[in-house]
Amino acid sequence: MEKKEKHIDRTKQVITIRDLHKSFGTNHVLRGIDLDIFQGENVVVLGRSGTGKSVLIKIIAGLLKPDKGTVNVLGENVASLSYRKLEELRLRIGFSFQNSALYDSMTVRENLEFPLLRNSKHLTTAQVNSAVEKALEAVGLSHAINQWPAELSGGQRKRIGIARTLIMQPAIMLYDEPTAGLDPITSMEINDLINEVQQRFNTSSIIITHDLTCARATGDKLAVLLDGRFVQMGSFEEVFASGDERLKSFYDYNFIT
Amino acid sequence: MDDASMKLKQRQPRRYVLTKKLDAFFTDVYSFGQFIARFFRTVFLPPYEFKEIIKQSYAIGVKSLPLITLTGFITGIVFTKQSRPSLSEFGATSWLPSLVAIAIIRALAPLVTGLITAGKVGSNIGAELGSMKVTEQIDAMEVSATNPFRFLVVTRILSTTFMVPLLMLYMALLALLGAFVNVHANEQTSFVSFIENGFQTISFLDIFSSIFKSVIFGFTIGIVGCYQGYNTTQGTQGVGRAANSSVVMSMFLIFIEEIIIVQITNWFRP
Repeated sequence: MEKKEKHIDRTKQVITIRDLHKSFGTNHVLRGIDLDIFQGENVVVLGRSGTGKSVLIKIIAGLLKPDKGTVNVLGENVASLSYRKLEELRLRIGFSFQNSALYDSMTVRENLEFPLLRNSKHLTTAQVNSAVEKALEAVGLSHAINQWPAELSGGQRKRIGIARTLIMQPAIMLYDEPTAGLDPITSMEINDLINEVQQRFNTSSIIITHDLTCARATGDKLAVLLDGRFVQMGSFEEVFASGDERLKSFYDYNFIT
Repeated sequence: MDDASMKLKQRQPRRYVLTKKLDAFFTDVYSFGQFIARFFRTVFLPPYEFKEIIKQSYAIGVKSLPLITLTGFITGIVFTKQSRPSLSEFGATSWLPSLVAIAIIRALAPLVTGLITAGKVGSNIGAELGSMKVTEQIDAMEVSATNPFRFLVVTRILSTTFMVPLLMLYMALLALLGAFVNVHANEQTSFVSFIENGFQTISFLDIFSSIFKSVIFGFTIGIVGCYQGYNTTQGTQGVGRAANSSVVMSMFLIFIEEIIIVQITNWFRP
């Protein structure tokens, strides 16, 4: 699917990150990250394994606390929120995990119902069923409603993981390695789905990946993370036309070998 | 901090307060203490997860019944069979019902139920939460605005704390039934006479201390299993380790608690 023209509202920042630092013991993972994400924008964070890409989105979702710096999400400073306020904010953030993180002990339907039933207790059974069906339809897996996660393929699990986040109608989507471990065709389907979700629900997204095909297909802006800092930022073409030697091997590996 | 000073810091050998192993041990004890404190901070605050508590109680209690039935019945038979020769030497086989009842109610039922539940339920909790942790299901729950500690940990600990005493009472009944079968087969004692003889020497303190012990054992099994599972690291290997440590640590603590509670109970005995 080709990227459609879309409207990015440059006056409305949904995520603002300033001077973000995070260490684990003596391992300094993030060393001063600055990033702005606007309404309707898909930002791809590109980098090798272990460079702190997943740490970055876990800080945004409040799963990890930063050592220094600020992360503002939808106008709230994540690190200073109370647990209750953080829970409210999380309802507006969708997080698609690298391994989908579907609850093994629940069927697909129960997986999708779980966040809805726990956070929207006033809903009737008919409304819950309708929301589940819509979310499954959005990812093209309506037929899998009564299946168990163990019965699904890797690509299907990713889709169900995305559907589970969509059911809460988030304003922001965070994708952690959405195409990791998938064959090229399924990867392409997931890339299309990411774009489709953005257009249909007008979300802003951060896509963590080391897959350049995914980066090119989904990103409006690319941020290349190296040694804990963003070394390049811009459109895909701008970043790879910069002639930065550090990115050359990355590009060659993805598109030549 | 610039890169050079950071590299220099990384090269310096790590210093320990005592030794590497002792530091790790005390750190673990401290974090276990924090985990227990977090449980007590969370358990009294709403929302209460009644549905999940019932679901877990069913899984812990009802699904353990076949194993408890079998071991309880066999324990009663074997203990009676083993005790008979010693008593018959003194011509005191008529004391068998009261001896067996005291042994079962004061010690065997709580201890055997605790150990069996530690093996079956403790390992299950450790492995389940461990696997949820390494596959990011706990993180997924957290980002769905559900407190995973309240939903997964508090419910399991409450369920083991409620169900182990019930399982203990059930096991005591089954063990007494096993003992009766053996006594009846050898001495043709009637059921009424067996119960009357058996319960003659049992006091309220015996029953109360056994229930109290089981509550403590249940809490221990739940908290240890949840702690090990919730803090699992290093992938699937970590899951295996969490299941294993849940059983070993629970059993070890159950024996320690048994000694302490027996000692305390004896102070209250007339």
